[in-house]
Amino acid sequence: MALLTFDTAHKPRQSYASMAILLAVMLVFPFVASQFGNSWVRIIDMALLYIMLALGLNIVVGFAGLLDLGYIAFFAVGAYLTGLLASPQFAALLESVVNYSPAMGDALVALFGESIRTEGIHLSVWFIVPLAGLVAALFGALLGAPTLKLRGDYLAIVTLGFGEIIRIFMNNLNDPINFTNGPQGINLIDPIRIFGVSLAGEAGSKATVFIGGFGMPSVNAYYFLFLLLCIVTIFMTSRLQHSRLGRAWVAIREDEIAAKAMGINTRNVKLLAFSMGASFGGVAGAMFAAFQGFVSPESFSLTESIAVLAMVVLGGIGHIPGVVMGGVLLAALPEVLRHVVEPVQQSLFGKVLIEAEVLRQLLYGLAMVLIMLNRPAGLWPSPIKEDRPVAATDKEEKEESAVV
Amino acid sequence: MNDLLLNISSVNKRFGGLQALTDVRIQIARGQIYGLIGPNGAGKTTFFNVITGLYQPDTGTFELDGKPYSPSAPHAVAKAGIARTFQNIRLFGEMTALENVMVGRHVRTRQGVFGAIVRHRAARAEEAAIRARAQELLDFVGIGQFAQRTARYLSYGDQRRLEIARALATEPKLLALDEPAAGMNATEKLALRELLVKIQKAGITILLIEHDVKLMMGLCDRISVLEYGKLIAEGLPAEIQKNQAVIEAYLGGAH
Repeated sequence: MALLTFDTAHKPRQSYASMAILLAVMLVFPFVASQFGNSWVRIIDMALLYIMLALGLNIVVGFAGLLDLGYIAFFAVGAYLTGLLASPQFAALLESVVNYSPAMGDALVALFGESIRTEGIHLSVWFIVPLAGLVAALFGALLGAPTLKLRGDYLAIVTLGFGEIIRIFMNNLNDPINFTNGPQGINLIDPIRIFGVSLAGEAGSKATVFIGGFGMPSVNAYYFLFLLLCIVTIFMTSRLQHSRLGRAWVAIREDEIAAKAMGINTRNVKLLAFSMGASFGGVAGAMFAAFQGFVSPESFSLTESIAVLAMVVLGGIGHIPGVVMGGVLLAALPEVLRHVVEPVQQSLFGKVLIEAEVLRQLLYGLAMVLIMLNRPAGLWPSPIKEDRPVAATDKEEKEESAVV
Repeated sequence: MNDLLLNISSVNKRFGGLQALTDVRIQIARGQIYGLIGPNGAGKTTFFNVITGLYQPDTGTFELDGKPYSPSAPHAVAKAGIARTFQNIRLFGEMTALENVMVGRHVRTRQGVFGAIVRHRAARAEEAAIRARAQELLDFVGIGQFAQRTARYLSYGDQRRLEIARALATEPKLLALDEPAAGMNATEKLALRELLVKIQKAGITILLIEHDVKLMMGLCDRISVLEYGKLIAEGLPAEIQKNQAVIEAYLGGAH
């Protein structure tokens, strides 16, 4: 961590330089990685989505200290919303509505036009993204409201239940009205189209996206979109952290009774934390659905919630650069292992002794245990936790500036 | 007693079978340092928690600065103008001293999500004002040099001061201190006393719970004595010292 620093308050020049270097690396990355196959870029695309999720969850868990084990539900809400409003699924929904109550079906057709009978609804990304954020925020408040008085273990249990409820809803909400198409999931979700350019590539282009005559693989195009969204998320969450609201969240985390006594309306501020966190999850979900072209309840299991929580805790709870690092490591590590363990065994022993899938899980778990044992505050915790008397800090800074 | 800041009467509070407070009343004039004493378990802290909205009273009428206020929620009480500290210090441990006081400004400021993210001119101005005021208050209580230190690493006496600075940041009309001198040595108590007088001179009324009778007698303008949840005496410190019921209940027992 000595090379890169993001402590803009204390070392502005170094941290802006770090950001510039990192950005340059990130911009070049997909062109290098795609030389080794598009699957590597795809892995990083997913990692970027996980980073968005982890940053959203970090608001709830890291800043406000509210343990949320059902966070993936908001990802699911965003993804299914996109599935419903940007795929032929709405036609299936309408059909079931017509069977159920013809009057309601006619009303829907009158509202959205005749074409939804066959083609469903295909909203543009400009509607989907804000809508996914808003609806997820609403669900966040919905989860937050009954849990306001709960803390710690009890909150964890209720949020876990909430996550499962959403997943089970997705699994069963195909009858009598077919919202989610049940366990089969929703297929043929529109790829993202920005200013007329489809990020999946036009038909017959072999998934190559052309922007002004410059072609690149579809995964690279998505990479840049997700990178942009990640940067926006980092920007927004770090601004929130260093604001009146961010302080109120941390105050609630540190001592809720004292926070109340200092005039913080803990009910509103907690609900806001749930909503803000959820909205990032919702947007990430919308991106996920459009990227995959397919959503099913399987993608939103408890394991996923725990994986996102692990990114936050392992990276450095409440510390944005740490959370990003946790996201990169935990999202990319299993995939890298998947590609690496078999060839390594082949070259070491001449044959594959342990199946890649088994060994991968084993190493993944081992890595998590080792990190938590050796760095209980996370790989990259907030610097504020170190106890350094003011005089010593001043001296160090002077020495550092002398070196610079 | 014409210029009443706090006027509270007929407060009753029952915890199951225990009548913790019986018809307690208190009248504090503007600018006073008002003491509340009593033996352990007399109901002082319960009374404190009731007037600051942490506990819901069974009955009671509450008036601050001539206006009735409802102690239904702590944040509403803080907004109405009563700030408090806690018997067992409750700071935001992982935040710096400055940030702790900045949290105290929450109730008098208003920037929301939009201001936080966009940081337009008004939001930046408000943030700067919060920071400046917080530093000012840290200087006022005498720990300005520790602004960037993590709160839980401050010394005990400085943590007490920080808690007072944080309470002052809410711009209270009444500052309610729950045993601020607990665990302090003689020098620290003297310094605390000076600080309280300084706060009084700044125009803030103080309600004080304290065990240290000597400190209270010299410092307070008026004193109330609680025993078993009932008010047994009220008056000037000199009167309280002579009051037979008080001597029996508290001073007599203690010496």
